[in-house]
Amino acid sequence: MENTARVKSEEMVGRIDGRLMKNKVIKGIFLAATAFTTIILMVLLYRIISQGAPYLSWDFFQNFASRRPEQAGIKAAVIGTIWMMSVVIPTAAILGVGTAIYLEEYAKKSALTRWIQMNISNLAGVPSVVFGLLGLTIFVRVFGFGNTIIAAGFTMALLVLPVVIVASQEAIRAVPNELKEASFGLGATKWQTIYRVVLPYAIPGIATGSILAFSRAIGETAPLIVVGIPTFVAFLPSGYLDQFTALPMQIYNWTSRPQVEFHNLAAAGIIILLAVLILMNSVAVWIRNRFQAR
Amino acid sequence: MALTAVNSKKKPEMMEQEERLVYNTKNLNLWYGDHHALKNINLGIKEKDVTAIIGPSGCGKSTYIKTLNRMIDLVPGVKTNGTIEYRERDIFSKEFLVEELRTRVGMVFQKPNPFPKSIYENIAFGLKIHGIKNKQIINETVEKSLRGAALWDEVKDRIHEPAYGLSGGQQQRLCIARCLALEPDVILMDEPTSALDPVSTLKVEELIQELKERYSIIIVTHNMQQAARISDKTAFFLNGEVVEFDSTDTIFNSPADSRTDDYISGRFG
Ligand SMILES: Nc1ncnc2c1ncn2[C@@H]1O[C@H](COP(=O)(O)OP(=O)(O)O)[C@@H](O)[C@H]1O
Ligand SMILES: [Mg+2]
Repeated sequence: MENTARVKSEEMVGRIDGRLMKNKVIKGIFLAATAFTTIILMVLLYRIISQGAPYLSWDFFQNFASRRPEQAGIKAAVIGTIWMMSVVIPTAAILGVGTAIYLEEYAKKSALTRWIQMNISNLAGVPSVVFGLLGLTIFVRVFGFGNTIIAAGFTMALLVLPVVIVASQEAIRAVPNELKEASFGLGATKWQTIYRVVLPYAIPGIATGSILAFSRAIGETAPLIVVGIPTFVAFLPSGYLDQFTALPMQIYNWTSRPQVEFHNLAAAGIIILLAVLILMNSVAVWIRNRFQAR
Repeated sequence: MALTAVNSKKKPEMMEQEERLVYNTKNLNLWYGDHHALKNINLGIKEKDVTAIIGPSGCGKSTYIKTLNRMIDLVPGVKTNGTIEYRERDIFSKEFLVEELRTRVGMVFQKPNPFPKSIYENIAFGLKIHGIKNKQIINETVEKSLRGAALWDEVKDRIHEPAYGLSGGQQQRLCIARCLALEPDVILMDEPTSALDPVSTLKVEELIQELKERYSIIIVTHNMQQAARISDKTAFFLNGEVVEFDSTDTIFNSPADSRTDDYISGRFG
């Protein structure tokens, strides 16, 4: 056994070249994949910006939808999206954070809570059309809201709710146990501990996750189509039970018109949508970095 | 309040050796699920004593001290029987709210755990949760508590700065100050110096010597020299049982049980 060395360093050294070669090839494949994605993205962005940028004028923001492309604007869609989000954000935040607090801080770890937890996680993966159908049945028909802001807002809130819950739960779970013990040790009640220790610590995480979820509600089209949100609206809503249209609906409408001018308008709408989404994501990243230091 | 009631009853003719107990544990058993972690504990803890709890790792010291202020309630699946009386009141009874118990009995943990707030806010926390809003009272209490924890001189110029900027030893004294703000009767300490360097440890030990004038202190320690230095009474725990409970002097110089002797002379643990 002593003399029969199984491995010979000569042999191994001889193989280094081959290994390095493989290393290079693999690196090249990954680089190509990255380059491909980046190029596609650049082409897409270039097309959208070159098409849409010339249409971004003050009038574009000031005008309603129109059959004449030179008079068409995005006012109703921008204002409509703002109205809708004013339903989505409080609804999803209150329900989402409330559920997360309950599941993390109050619920006993039983088979039932595990089952609820599993369903919440699964709901996050359900296609948005399905939420549209749910909204159509419940909010539009059963509650009789019709195809209004409130119906669309609740539908979108349900769509993003699982993500808000899961993100909030993760943020709450990350609160160090020692801090909760310190609070309880001073005679604080559960609610005082949640309010004064858990939430202040968890809120940056909750906000980051929730903003990313809300940005999804701004970009989604399918649920709005199913709920029956109109695409051609030439007035501003004056209440939550009014009809409205939203950014992605307006873009969808313009892209489905035959005239090329409308396609350019759609590109201009996409620029605005992208700008809003990038802004929201940056805010989320900023909050995360700002509070990560702790 | 219980404290004043007790003091007013104290008559001069009362004999010094008449023992006034802050805690009286009778036949306490505790299980984590099926694991029998505390076995038939009987322990009377005297007022204004420093009582040390020593024993090898895993023998139930933390479990016991966490039961005294019912922090153990936070662990799911714990069962107990027997009683613990705090000043003659059963701590497990429905009438004795755990919030009250934990207000009268402060706790200092193994790792310093200040809140991610300013030094000032760390101490004001306890007052605020008890509904004290008066700025003047809070300011005075913050200073008094920091002085009480021998920290005032080191931090008086920066009490509005984050507590995380303090050294580990200072953070631990801040946690002690945070307890003092509520004028507790008893302070429980679970290995309060195990995360500290020797100099900080010494400071905390000196502080404990000062605090015993006013508070009853129960301290878990892994460090036998520490128990010998600072405590009046010592309880030796082993495998969830109290092997021996006596004056610290007796435990360290002439223990009755051979297992105590083995432990303090370093033959195991
Ligand atoms: N949360 C818990 N769940 C189950 N068992 C536990 C838990 N905490 C402690 N134990 C067990 O109880 C025994 C006593 O633990 P502990 O009181 O922490 O010991 P010590 O503080 O003396 O080191 C150990 O055997 C430990 O494994
Ligand atoms: Mg311990």
